[in-house]
Amino acid sequence: MIPVCRIEDLPKGESVRVEATPPVAVFHTDDGELHAIDDTCTHQDASLSEGWLEGCLVECPLHAASFDLRTGMPTCLPARRAVRTHRVTVDDGVIHVHLAAEEGTAA
Amino acid sequence: MRTVTVVGASLSGLYAARELRAQGYDGHLVVIGDEPHHPYDRPPLSKGFLTGRADENQLALTDAEESAELDAEWMLGVRARALDARGRTVVLDDGRTVSTDGLVIATGARARRLPGDALAGVHTLRTLDDARALREELTRGPRRVVVIGGGFVGAETASSCSSLGHSVTVVEAAPLPLTPHLGTGMAAVCAALHRRGGVDLVTGTGVAGLRGTLTVSGVELTDGRTLAADLVIVGIGATPNTSWLAGSALALRDGVLCDDGCVTALPQVVAVGDVARVGGVRAEHWTSATQQPRVAVTNLLAGRTVATADAVPYFWSDQYGARIQFAGRRGEGDTVRITEGELSDGAPAEGGFLARYERNGRTTAVLAVDRPRPFMRARRELTRETAVAATGE
Ligand SMILES: Cc1cc2nc3c(=O)[nH]c(=O)nc-3n(C[C@H](O)[C@H](O)[C@H](O)COP(=O)(O)OP(=O)(O)OC[C@H]3O[C@@H](n4cnc5c(N)ncnc54)[C@H](O)[C@@H]3O)c2cc1C
Ligand code: FES
Repeated sequence: MIPVCRIEDLPKGESVRVEATPPVAVFHTDDGELHAIDDTCTHQDASLSEGWLEGCLVECPLHAASFDLRTGMPTCLPARRAVRTHRVTVDDGVIHVHLAAEEGTAA
Repeated sequence: MRTVTVVGASLSGLYAARELRAQGYDGHLVVIGDEPHHPYDRPPLSKGFLTGRADENQLALTDAEESAELDAEWMLGVRARALDARGRTVVLDDGRTVSTDGLVIATGARARRLPGDALAGVHTLRTLDDARALREELTRGPRRVVVIGGGFVGAETASSCSSLGHSVTVVEAAPLPLTPHLGTGMAAVCAALHRRGGVDLVTGTGVAGLRGTLTVSGVELTDGRTLAADLVIVGIGATPNTSWLAGSALALRDGVLCDDGCVTALPQVVAVGDVARVGGVRAEHWTSATQQPRVAVTNLLAGRTVATADAVPYFWSDQYGARIQFAGRRGEGDTVRITEGELSDGAPAEGGFLARYERNGRTTAVLAVDRPRPFMRARRELTRETAVAATGE
């Protein structure tokens, strides 16, 4: 479990990169949901936390692949593989990421 | 249409095949490519593939599962030699012919060459085979590398070679590299990136010839100097592959001439990617090669131009640890303003910058170095404004 930041420090529509190995991107959607996925695009080498957030989709800043934050699945080319998703909780106002690997699940 | 043939089995050809199926074409689909390889991605060839960070598996653009779904007949390792005047018969190098109702031309471009480049140690970088040969030579201990041409591919290759520990000089005939793409001011800024990698940039002098008997030993410059070299990489641009179309009815001028919707003089023949001059412009960008097929296929299946291609070109380049992104069409005389970040000593500072090209108060293009997020926002704005301007006309 990795503490990220206080919830008020990640306004809706924003994202932040967490320096885990591999790095994780945490998003706060306009609907108020929190999602975490692996930060590195499965296509090549771009940081998804720098991407364009729209609803629960994020568009990669390099070649515009788009991923569903809920499932990690790509919704269009050029990405063809899913990014891992990670569970997010808020404890005492602090956002935490629970790495999928640590939880022993890929979900 | 009962048969559609795609000539060129690379990025734009594969995207065209995908679009044909996605847009409901269920007839016979033939893909002809002269390289023996299944479609692979070229941009990593000068970047991660050369440095060894990416291997060949990572270059593949498709897999067995998708290939099966596409249900295409792949004719690989065979070149298309000619197209008949009606655009209905493709003649192959081995004498076979393919009759077709629709044709997608996706033959891309090939590396331009220098006289005398048959010497050992002289390379170009366009294909996987080129990259394999170069990568192999770069693993044989430190070399004196001369890169001829300071364009994007040249600069990326120089960057990769220097990161592998070779000593590298880039020779550029123009006073500054990249001026046609970026304009003088920003070209100077990006040229300064060579300093980061400890690469020498020699500008304003052409190449008189290559020295050496069997193996290259040096590069003679037009100013009289000779640069010693164990390895020379010729990166002086690319020529569209149109020679096979010489006997056809298609108009060829530095590419296959098409309208804004990638349609040629023959309505059942479209052209996409590096080989296509779409609405007067031939882009050599990955994103154009992936976007044009959608429009081209729509028009091919409709039998006339009903859709036009994206008016905001985009490309990126990775060199010396920096990511350059550019979108739009800049014009001579546009003013350039850095709107985020800054320069340090004429080079991009840590944290990069965003620059806007402007004319009459309107943004015509945006350039970013290591500023992906603001770049994305600016690129979207530009796309929106361009669409509004187009409908207002
Ligand atoms: C080293 C390198 C780095 C690059 N980096 C970037 C980058 O960072 N950013 C960017 O935006 N773009 C980059 N590009 C450009 C990008 O790769 C091209 O725009 C893209 O490959 C164009 O795709 P295409 O399918 O139109 O043409 P190509 O990729 O050239 O493919 C054409 C195919 O057709 C085949 N062919 C040709 N003639 C015939 C024939 N007569 N019969 C049968 N087959 C034929 C060719 O052998 C080839 O396989 C780079 C290119 C190179 C070479
Ligand atoms: S790196 Fe994300 S789409 Fe290419």
